[in-house]
Amino acid sequence: MDKRLLFDVAHLLAGGLVLVSFILLYQDRMFGLLNVFALHAIVLSLCVAWQAFIQDAPHLYVTAAIALVLKAIVIPVLLHRVVVQLGIHRHIEAVGGIGLTMLLGIGLVALSMVVMLRVTEGADRLAREDLALALSVVLLGLLMMVTRRNAVSQVVGFMSLENGLILAAAGAKGMPLVVEMSVAFSVLVAFLVIGIFLFRIRERFDTVDIHALDRSRGEQK
Amino acid sequence: MILAPIDGLTLVLVIPALSAALLVLIPGYRISAGLNVLASALTLVAALSLLWSRPAPGLLLHVDDLNVVFVVLNTFVGTTTSAFSATYIAHEIEIGRLTPTYLRFYHAMFQALMFEMNLALLANNLGLMWVGIEFATLTTVLMVGIYRTHEALEAAWKYFILGSVGIALALFGTILLYLAARPVPGQEVEAMAWTILMRRATEFDPALLNLAFVFLLLGYGTKVGLAPMHGWLPDAHAEGPTPISAVLSGLLLNVALHALLRFKMLLATNGQAIAPGPLMVTMGLISLLFAALMLYRRRDVKRMFAYSSIEHMGIIAFAFGMGGPLANFAGLLHMTMHSLTKSAIFFAVGHIAQVKGTQKIAEISGLTSSHPVLGWGLVVGVLAIAGLPPFGIFMSEFLLITSTFAREPILAVVLAMGILLALGALLQKLNQLAFGEPKGSFGPVEASYFPMLAHFILVLIGGLFLPTVIVSWFQNVARLLG
Repeated sequence: MDKRLLFDVAHLLAGGLVLVSFILLYQDRMFGLLNVFALHAIVLSLCVAWQAFIQDAPHLYVTAAIALVLKAIVIPVLLHRVVVQLGIHRHIEAVGGIGLTMLLGIGLVALSMVVMLRVTEGADRLAREDLALALSVVLLGLLMMVTRRNAVSQVVGFMSLENGLILAAAGAKGMPLVVEMSVAFSVLVAFLVIGIFLFRIRERFDTVDIHALDRSRGEQK
Repeated sequence: MILAPIDGLTLVLVIPALSAALLVLIPGYRISAGLNVLASALTLVAALSLLWSRPAPGLLLHVDDLNVVFVVLNTFVGTTTSAFSATYIAHEIEIGRLTPTYLRFYHAMFQALMFEMNLALLANNLGLMWVGIEFATLTTVLMVGIYRTHEALEAAWKYFILGSVGIALALFGTILLYLAARPVPGQEVEAMAWTILMRRATEFDPALLNLAFVFLLLGYGTKVGLAPMHGWLPDAHAEGPTPISAVLSGLLLNVALHALLRFKMLLATNGQAIAPGPLMVTMGLISLLFAALMLYRRRDVKRMFAYSSIEHMGIIAFAFGMGGPLANFAGLLHMTMHSLTKSAIFFAVGHIAQVKGTQKIAEISGLTSSHPVLGWGLVVGVLAIAGLPPFGIFMSEFLLITSTFAREPILAVVLAMGILLALGALLQKLNQLAFGEPKGSFGPVEASYFPMLAHFILVLIGGLFLPTVIVSWFQNVARLLG
């Protein structure tokens, strides 16, 4: 196939992931957030599968499959149930307005483009663009974790951040499977940990709003 | 592969892994506490054997002069902590603060944590090392939250969020480093092996290497507890069970530091990349000064010693950032002595908090008269950690300040000022805790003094007379670190 086309599709998919990250940023309903996160994971698995095709690296298909099954289906469904059980499917409290958050997000994407494209001049062109977009997804995930007060949406922010990492790892040609597997595993483990926490937090305080947890620093009298 | 020869390296990993699996199956905490001590001691023996016979480096695991120091220290403190933990946990169950159900997997997690830390230290692969640190973080998150109180859950959640962000950044740095190494021909797994990377470091792309180091410093620096990414550390130390505070301060911070040192060595070997030294020196000094000032305002005794850990990690980062044989030597010595002293202090503090039923400094007083062994143990510990002679930390701080004076006098003044500030705060709090009118319970304490005393004796030996074998060993490692 034409080399230009291969490159353009990879670029389109990775750019799509950044776009979905932006959509995640302005979700103000819990179910909407989870659905968009599932979309995020689907786009990620397409990106990874396309990389597997370009690089002729079959092990990346495994990574794509893990992303699709675990992050686009299993985790959103489970979180959906958690949200229903806890009865927190109303509004999501966000710190700062949506407009400001979006502006910050644009700034972060610009930053990662400037940094990455300048630094990676010597590197392979495909890896280069991929890395710049991956860093954008990572930074947008961080931004989301910072601007959300709710535990569930922070977790979603963290998982979108991890999607960015997988995108970067898939773009790095020939990177050993060890890392990708571990990322997949870590999501699973992280989810288990989070799940336990969410339930314990619920058990004790009837809220999963992180703000309500802010009472103690252990320092007041 | 299946018939791999059984050497020290395999045993250091296999013993904790198998005992973790075994401990999952054992419900009673008495038996599992005993097994925990036994497994830790066996791991220590296996680690010691690495000093004599060292297996050839593989693509995934390796032993060299640097990590063997960390592994021996790790397994030693692991062993003494497991002994302390047995009495500590028994008391917690007695007073009903912890129930056997909460503790069901405690000992299994302890061994799993030992396995993960040893794996991170012995890994000859960037990815594997990252996996070790990642799982060690997740395990400690679960252990910090074990009391399931409001505060413990908040601390664990905060630790989890900050820790995972740090780890995510470190992974991004690892990927960038792989790309920086990429133009150099190498297949798959080989391209991530330390031993091979070190040989080829001069050929790496310096720009990518710089960027990778920034991410790695931020990522692993969060785990080391360097300011301003230290937010999780005091909470996690104060709200978790004390054996875990000892392991966090004495061991897990070192494991993350070891990772940073490895990357620093790569950058130093490359030559064209930015010098990592100034970055580490700056972060080290900020952590030191910040923590020293914060020490004055602590009201919780475990939280106070957590800030003291940030302070010492700052000093160690400073020492390795300065570089050169002398400063590196001081850094290594300081790291070893800090691990031993700080975990011993936590052993003392754990029993003190149990017998007094509180961690608040204002509610504890006159320990030397109400509980002489614990009280004087705490006095010795605080004097040692504050850097007073004749203890090991005095030696390393003295060495660091004098060697810095010869090269960067202004930095040496700042360093000395930070250390003195911390000294003042620690002595002020110690005066309140150990002397004066005894307050609170006078009840007898069921403590195991052995772990604490063993550590203090080693710290004293380190201060008075460091055996020549260890000196030449550390000198050798210090040269390696560049």
